[in-house]
Amino acid sequence: MNEFTPPAPSPPSQPTVIRDPWIGLRSLTPSRIALGRAGHALPTREVLAADEAHARARSAVHAPLDLDDLSGRLAAITKGTPPVRVCSAAPDRQRYLLRPDLGRRLSAESRSGLAALPLGPEGCDLAIVVADGLSTTAVARHAAPVIEAILAGLPPACRLGPVVIASQARVALGDEVGQLLKARLVAVLIGERPGLSCQESLGIYLTWEPRPGRTDAERNCLSNIHPGGLSPADAATRLWWLAGEARRLCTTGVALKDRSGEPGRLGERRASTPCTIAGGVGGATNER
Amino acid sequence: MGYQHTLDSRVWHFDDLKTLLAKASPYRSGDVLAGVAAESPVERTAARMALAELPLVRFLEEPVIPGEDDEVTRLILESHDARAFAAVAHLTVGDFRDWLLGEAADEATLTAIRPGLTPEMAAAVCKLMRNQDLISVARRCRVVTRFRNTIGLPGTLAMRLQPNHPADDPRGILAGVLDGLMYGCGDAVIGVNPVSDDMTTLKVLLESLAAVIQRFEIPTQACVLAHVTSQIEAINAGLPVDLVFQSIGGTEATNRSFGISLAMLREAREAALSTGRGTLGSNVMYFETGQGSSLSANAHHGVDQQTCEARAYGVARAFEPLICNTVVGFIGPEYLHDGKQIIRAGLEDHFCGKLLGLPIGCDACYTNHAEADADDMDTLMTLLATAGVTFLIGVPGADDVMLGYQSLSFHDALYLREVFGLRRAPEFEAWLERMDLVDSRGRLLPVTSRHPLLAMQA
Repeated sequence: MNEFTPPAPSPPSQPTVIRDPWIGLRSLTPSRIALGRAGHALPTREVLAADEAHARARSAVHAPLDLDDLSGRLAAITKGTPPVRVCSAAPDRQRYLLRPDLGRRLSAESRSGLAALPLGPEGCDLAIVVADGLSTTAVARHAAPVIEAILAGLPPACRLGPVVIASQARVALGDEVGQLLKARLVAVLIGERPGLSCQESLGIYLTWEPRPGRTDAERNCLSNIHPGGLSPADAATRLWWLAGEARRLCTTGVALKDRSGEPGRLGERRASTPCTIAGGVGGATNER
Repeated sequence: MGYQHTLDSRVWHFDDLKTLLAKASPYRSGDVLAGVAAESPVERTAARMALAELPLVRFLEEPVIPGEDDEVTRLILESHDARAFAAVAHLTVGDFRDWLLGEAADEATLTAIRPGLTPEMAAAVCKLMRNQDLISVARRCRVVTRFRNTIGLPGTLAMRLQPNHPADDPRGILAGVLDGLMYGCGDAVIGVNPVSDDMTTLKVLLESLAAVIQRFEIPTQACVLAHVTSQIEAINAGLPVDLVFQSIGGTEATNRSFGISLAMLREAREAALSTGRGTLGSNVMYFETGQGSSLSANAHHGVDQQTCEARAYGVARAFEPLICNTVVGFIGPEYLHDGKQIIRAGLEDHFCGKLLGLPIGCDACYTNHAEADADDMDTLMTLLATAGVTFLIGVPGADDVMLGYQSLSFHDALYLREVFGLRRAPEFEAWLERMDLVDSRGRLLPVTSRHPLLAMQA
């Protein structure tokens, strides 16, 4: 060291991250409160935590669904009947995201495949469609347990159609599938738009007498099916309640008020996992 | 009436004004989805050249959506002020851009011509402007509003504190409110998006927020962003409603899809004014908008999404709101695909809003299925602060756990204040100083666990 070398900085006497003394309030909310700060910025730990959550959410949107694995598990639940696989008219994830209209229609091949299935003339009472939607993570983790719970509550007189697994699919794809299966009611289990804090939320959309052209106002929705939200058993109970009402009223949607548990959701910009479908800037934000 | 432009001996035809506007728009996924975008960059350029030659008066002669079909068109045309328009009535759209960028367009002149500008004129000139143009003109527009504080003064940036909770739990929401206040946010509004729209929830949330504002004498306003009809009902029930909120769009059919009409908004404003809760002014409305809402409601009439958005500002300004913000990246990648499109749209919306005289802010945000990330939000908020944005939205850690998307964090506001020297609404910043939360320059002070605000939950 010579006389021109500046002195080495001394170790900081202050901590580099300023902590927030209201950290105890975190038990009241899942929000990211009391994160502390480094100068004016988020501390490194919090930047990395948000980065990790974003990476998981991106992965939930883009990771391909393991169709063989899901088919195998569903076949075991349905006593050996293998599910039918279909694809929407969206050829890949990128076009699926940019063209919601393509995700609402079957590919020509899938359409003819479904039309050729040997179905009785009377069709079925309920068709179940598992759609990847915007979270393949949700479908991979929760579709099988939810279907198992649904089958456990199957009323004796209810004729169940084949389970269909749909790739690059939006909710309305169930309308065309349901029509081809001659289903009186279709239940579309679909991966919901992932957030930073929950990437694996599954939704169920019920539509009476499905056919292309049905609107969102003609559906009922159960949302937030994940470990921190609605359980598979509760979802199945509510699904059968709604199915019974749909059969009694011969309709689904706004005319069928879900009084099976949760209050209706008619907010403006609404949750990523809405229960009632209506307008608002956020009205178009979901996987529909 | 058709429009055309010759480029390299090829004649490009555009059937009508809305087609010309759509083809002249910067490339974005929503216009492609709607089937109205230019087929090629060359066609887009030809459309922009044709648009540049179009006289501004043409927008008064050819509504993009006929008035007989649409009350928003009627509102725009009936409220048009020919005297205010006179200063620019002789200009084409291209000349109007040059005029806006010149010295003649100072703050006073820009204020004076506002009632003479229609949303379509703003949208049209916007399509000829580069991002820097959108920033430099917006920066010269001044819009000041008041309820319990003063929003929009030079050198200030306000923040909406958005403490949403996935179950509308009032204690969870208050924890978010506290977090925001401790970080110096909440002057634009403390605004909660409720999960449930029922009156019981609305009552609990309105009373909790009002109690905090009253107990700590905070010079700000609260809002629970339920449907406008629920908020009118809440006012009639005697609940403490400061600002009345509603999402709005730029066509009658979009608004119908939101379950509203202009008459309903008038009724809401009258109801909010009747309570007399504002101490400094009577700007009682709060609106949110966003490119793509008309297309998503199948209510766009073949009009491009940016023009539809500008028309929403035509609706908003008729109700003299305290604040209005575009929710720019919320609606999804089928409308704004990536960071580039979101950033451009945010600057366009801010420019058009300011030019039309709105106290416009921005929810700089993105969803996890869009090609965008926090770096894009850093870019957008930095550009918006440069453009003099009225307010931004802050959420704890930028993660809205109820709506499932990312906005800005309270920390982001501190960054902008430090880099740009931006202050808060003066009444609110004076309160923060009284509470020993900031120093005389508005910078955060360290706090201890004995700070009185931390007793909020008690």
